[in-house]
Amino acid sequence: MKYVDEYRDADLGQALAGEILSLVEPGRHYKFMEVCGGHTHSIYKYGVDDLLPANVELVHGPGCPVCVIPMGRVDDGIALAHEEGVIFTCFGDMMRVPGSDGSLLEAKAAGADIRMVYSPLDALRIAKQNPDREVVFFAIGFETTAPSTALTLKRARAEGVPNFSVMCSHVTIVPPLRALLESPDLRLDGFVGPGHVATVVGARPFEFIPADYGKPIVVAGFEPLDILHAITMILRQLGDGRCEVENQYARVVPYEGNQRALEVMAEVFELRPHFEWRGLGFISHSGLKLSQAYADLDAEVRFSVPGVRVADPKACQCGEVLKGVIKPWECKVFGTACTPERPIGTCMVSSEGACAAYYNYGRFAREREVV
Amino acid sequence: MADQTAVSDREQKILGIIETARGKRAKFRDKQINMSHGAGGKATQSLIEGLLVSAFGGETLTEMGDAGAVIVDGVELAMTTDSYVVKPLRFPGGSIGELAVNGTCNDLAVSGARPVALTLSLILEEGLDAEILRQEVEAIARTALEAGVEIVGGDTKVVERGYCDGMYICTTGVGQRDARARLSPSSLRPGDRILLSGSVGEHGTAIMLARNLFDLDASIESDTCSLWPAVDALFEAVGPDLRCLRDATRGGVASVLNELARSSSVAMLVREGAVPVDPAVAGASEILGIDPMYVANEGKFVAFVAPEAAERALEVLRQVDGCEDAAEIGEVRTAPPGMVLVETSFGGRRVMDQLVGDPLPRIC
Repeated sequence: MKYVDEYRDADLGQALAGEILSLVEPGRHYKFMEVCGGHTHSIYKYGVDDLLPANVELVHGPGCPVCVIPMGRVDDGIALAHEEGVIFTCFGDMMRVPGSDGSLLEAKAAGADIRMVYSPLDALRIAKQNPDREVVFFAIGFETTAPSTALTLKRARAEGVPNFSVMCSHVTIVPPLRALLESPDLRLDGFVGPGHVATVVGARPFEFIPADYGKPIVVAGFEPLDILHAITMILRQLGDGRCEVENQYARVVPYEGNQRALEVMAEVFELRPHFEWRGLGFISHSGLKLSQAYADLDAEVRFSVPGVRVADPKACQCGEVLKGVIKPWECKVFGTACTPERPIGTCMVSSEGACAAYYNYGRFAREREVV
Repeated sequence: MADQTAVSDREQKILGIIETARGKRAKFRDKQINMSHGAGGKATQSLIEGLLVSAFGGETLTEMGDAGAVIVDGVELAMTTDSYVVKPLRFPGGSIGELAVNGTCNDLAVSGARPVALTLSLILEEGLDAEILRQEVEAIARTALEAGVEIVGGDTKVVERGYCDGMYICTTGVGQRDARARLSPSSLRPGDRILLSGSVGEHGTAIMLARNLFDLDASIESDTCSLWPAVDALFEAVGPDLRCLRDATRGGVASVLNELARSSSVAMLVREGAVPVDPAVAGASEILGIDPMYVANEGKFVAFVAPEAAERALEVLRQVDGCEDAAEIGEVRTAPPGMVLVETSFGGRRVMDQLVGDPLPRIC
């Protein structure tokens, strides 16, 4: 595939791997967090880990929009889906995320009309095709997907579709990163910055990471060469004693972001005072809700949503795993109460979460270390 | 660093717990059937192993081949059955009628039996256009003729509108065991080569695009076809060196490899770069965020062959119509048992796991 294969070239990969090896200080252990679930996916898919020296460790960050949705929120969605006359729409990945008593997939089996969509516009189309039904879209995702929800809401308003509403669970990237960085026991040396989010917000919002916390961050693309390249850039910063925001993904990410997308978001959304993250707890100003001007399209206003709050089990240590303080197997519930089949925390929900990956491939990873 | 050892012991212990949990036969604990029970991954496995096999558990069923062996007066027969509920009924490259014949015949073929006869059950929805039914009956007749099987019996049922989606078909097939090969899902040995009879992912991708869920246009056709000619050629050329064949339908090649790695307690190594994928399928998969290795095929099989016979097998296979792209994609290894590893084209490695649910597109 042209314009894709170029970024997956094995020889260039080896060359970058050699460069990384020459940049690391022997005896020093490096921990870098890739913030975005998309990066985790690429790292896993292409086996990027294999090309890194043993003393460079990648820690999977909180940037998987599906895994961070707390149980209570899933329960709320399921309650809405069971309301008389409602067609509940959501992205496919969301269907399997467990609430406190089952997932949306199971709610569908139990009779709720839940439909998988590929874009919020599909949900709007379903609303237009079913004027006698209430169609709710379960909106999730970071700033990456929020603009498409915003545009859909604007279109629903313009076309006057009365039976469409949104249950907004959009989140923003900076507050959870700040929460992680605030913790005194953080053991990270740098960040691979979220390229997709940055196409919307730009690279500038990440300036607080070097400025306030003294950690380098390189906004990176999602092909394997992008990720290796970003790691060389972080290592160079560390080697040179520099600490700044760099943009490896300049072919897509403008430093100042996408102004039009930001304007649409500002019009349609406002920040919630606080939002709960699975495994990380409540984080101030980290979630979006519909603004006053769009309140009539807010499913949480239109319906009585129970507002379920299900506390993460006390023993769950996702926060520590995310901060790189402990390894998955050091968590008290890992592999016993918390498994991929019955996950408790965010790190076990998605197959790309640190704990799920370790659960499935841990033995293999250890053998790899020995080899 | 004394701390380190303590942690390692703990890690060992936890990994032990996980290993034990994995080794156990899947249990069926769900309160209701949901769509993932039909997707060919872990939930399907729990349904089959945990509920069905444990309830009926004869020796033949426990082997869980694509067809079961029946011996009547010394004659070895193979039997299998399959239901077809594809949506839409017609799609580029085929239709439900063709699938219903080829799918069942292929289960016989990869079990080492020449397909002989089929029975046919039709479940029809009130209001189904008779012309659509007529077309499918013609397709069934044509495909059966091509596959050399006779339709020897059948049944029809009609259900009220809304209780079935147009038509469902169930076919049961009988085949005669071919003496040229002895195939078994537990016969794989380290060193065996893994061959693939052609490019992967076409059927599933064609169906997905035919549903018009995406604004994607691509000329991708289902690969539905009879596998017997290819199996026959392999039996003739390298019969005694064939260990096992599997058609890579629901869950794709990845699911077949995982099932066999488990049932033979071996590891597998797949070279991603060697797997043939049509460029249009590769492009669609890229956009939809799907791995073609998990996408259903209806005319492809995976063959496990003794290393010394691999080259000959591949040569013979490539001369069969529709198998021109056949390739050796990897080999059987010793450890870690039950796992399928992939050497990526990029030069890294990863685990190719069992499917957890449907291969749904990622959202970001």
